[in-house]
Amino acid sequence: MADDDAQTRPVPYRGGGFSARPMRSVGVLTFAALVAVWELGSRYGYISNLVLPAPSEVIEAFRDLWVSGTLWEHLGASLYRLVTGWSLGTIAGIAVGFAIGLFRPVRASAGPLVAAIFPIPKIALLPLFIIWFGIGEASKVGLILFGTFFPTVIATYGGVDNVDRTLVRMGQSFGLSRWEIARKILFPGALPAILSGMRITAAIAIILIVAAELIAAQRGIGAYIQMAGSLFATDQLIAGVLVLSALGLTVSALIGALELWLLRWRA
Amino acid sequence: MQLKLSGVGKSYGGLPVLSDISLDIASGEILCLVGPSGCGKSTLLRMIGGLELPDEGEILQVGAPPEGSLNPLTFIFQDFALLPWRSVAGNVSLALESHRAISRAERAAIIADVLSRTKLGDFANAWPKQLSGGMKQRVAIARALAVRPAVFLMDEPLSALDAQTRDILMDDLIELWSRERFTAVYVTHNLQEAVRLGHRIAILSRRPGKIRRIIGIDTPIGARTHQDPELLAIQEELWGLMREEAEAADKELTHG
Ligand SMILES: Nc1ncnc2c1ncn2[C@@H]1O[C@H](COP(=O)(O)OP(=O)(O)OP(=O)(O)O)[C@@H](O)[C@H]1O
Ligand SMILES: [Mg+2]
Repeated sequence: MADDDAQTRPVPYRGGGFSARPMRSVGVLTFAALVAVWELGSRYGYISNLVLPAPSEVIEAFRDLWVSGTLWEHLGASLYRLVTGWSLGTIAGIAVGFAIGLFRPVRASAGPLVAAIFPIPKIALLPLFIIWFGIGEASKVGLILFGTFFPTVIATYGGVDNVDRTLVRMGQSFGLSRWEIARKILFPGALPAILSGMRITAAIAIILIVAAELIAAQRGIGAYIQMAGSLFATDQLIAGVLVLSALGLTVSALIGALELWLLRWRA
Repeated sequence: MQLKLSGVGKSYGGLPVLSDISLDIASGEILCLVGPSGCGKSTLLRMIGGLELPDEGEILQVGAPPEGSLNPLTFIFQDFALLPWRSVAGNVSLALESHRAISRAERAAIIADVLSRTKLGDFANAWPKQLSGGMKQRVAIARALAVRPAVFLMDEPLSALDAQTRDILMDDLIELWSRERFTAVYVTHNLQEAVRLGHRIAILSRRPGKIRRIIGIDTPIGARTHQDPELLAIQEELWGLMREEAEAADKELTHG
């Protein structure tokens, strides 16, 4: 048996694979190769400049945008709307979501309302907001506020609902007041859900502001892209899109850092 | 401080869970509660601790709690009930923060004291996630000690732990009782724990839980050993009483 050489061999290996380990260099290489192919395609006329400008032209357009200061003007306008609308929507959403999580009458009255309004694509309300608040900043900030409010409400009360009730019992058994239980047990317990809600609402806010600026604005990244499009200036158009991509990545990195710090007990 | 239960009953939505429970728990006594699954032990403990109201009968605390007791009736939960976002010291602190009379410095002193009494002094800043099950339960015990309870209410405090850790923690509890002579109601499924720790052991029948028998053990808690033939005999007797109830309860559950 064991000493029968013909029958003795290592156990065949069939494990491995299916790992999510990052391979950073491959990502960079893919990206570089794609840009190189695109650049060469444009230079040798395989890709029409009207359809897609060469990467070098996009970089040139971006440099113009940067040097002339228009980048800051447009980005500033977009950021102002984003930050105010998102902050107000988030604060109001957390407050209302918490009230729904804590008080049953509030849940009974506000819950169905939130559920009904949540699925409306908020951009459809922009014309209404323009009628109500005018063409200026208020209608755009209001749209973002409205668009981030409902998902925040839902994430918050979902988070409160999911806090382990034995922790609440524990708080009561040590004589904590209702307010203390809300503040020291329910709020921190709901925080992970609130933060992942923020990740989603930040993405929603960027979509909404660009859409709103495409439709009705003189300034803002969306307005810049809209202008570039109507002039067939595809290099500027793509440069604007790249700014949006950078904006999205920055926001998501900021929220990631916030999560890492606030939820360090999970590590 | 003593506890006096008379004719306590409870039902959930028409389903009677406990009926006619009368018990006196003397100061410094450990009463163990055993009984088949679902007979209402946890419910009874919650009612004793004021987390739930009895439908019938009354639960009285007789005599004033000892001077300086911040939370006379204090729970120790099976699943520890630690806040994962607070450090070990922070979890103990939670129980003290609501007492305005305690200054910051006093609070820090109490925390340091209870952590050293539960051999957790080196782990004050650790997150619960980093601790083993046994250490988590010691944090819960430290938190309970911090409020100087008159009565400990323990719901299967050791059953989430492995056998070795359970033994070690049992020794810790015995040592603690020898020093502090606390009163306790101790719910368990483990009859060995019951005979190690109980001055008296109350056996509940299957649902609706009634007191079937109360067995007293005279051997001092500090002098009990695993091999003590007298204790083994009592454990055997308890198992005899429990067995029919557990079997019957088991059958009941299967046909609703
Ligand atoms: N809040 C509640 N609402 C409705 N029914 C409940 C509630 N709490 C407990 N029950 C029911 O009451 C009965 C007794 O529950 P309890 O948890 O007190 O039993 P137990 O003796 O502690 O059981 P175990 O040994 O499994 O811990 C069970 O049938 C349970 O389903
Ligand atoms: Mg139980």
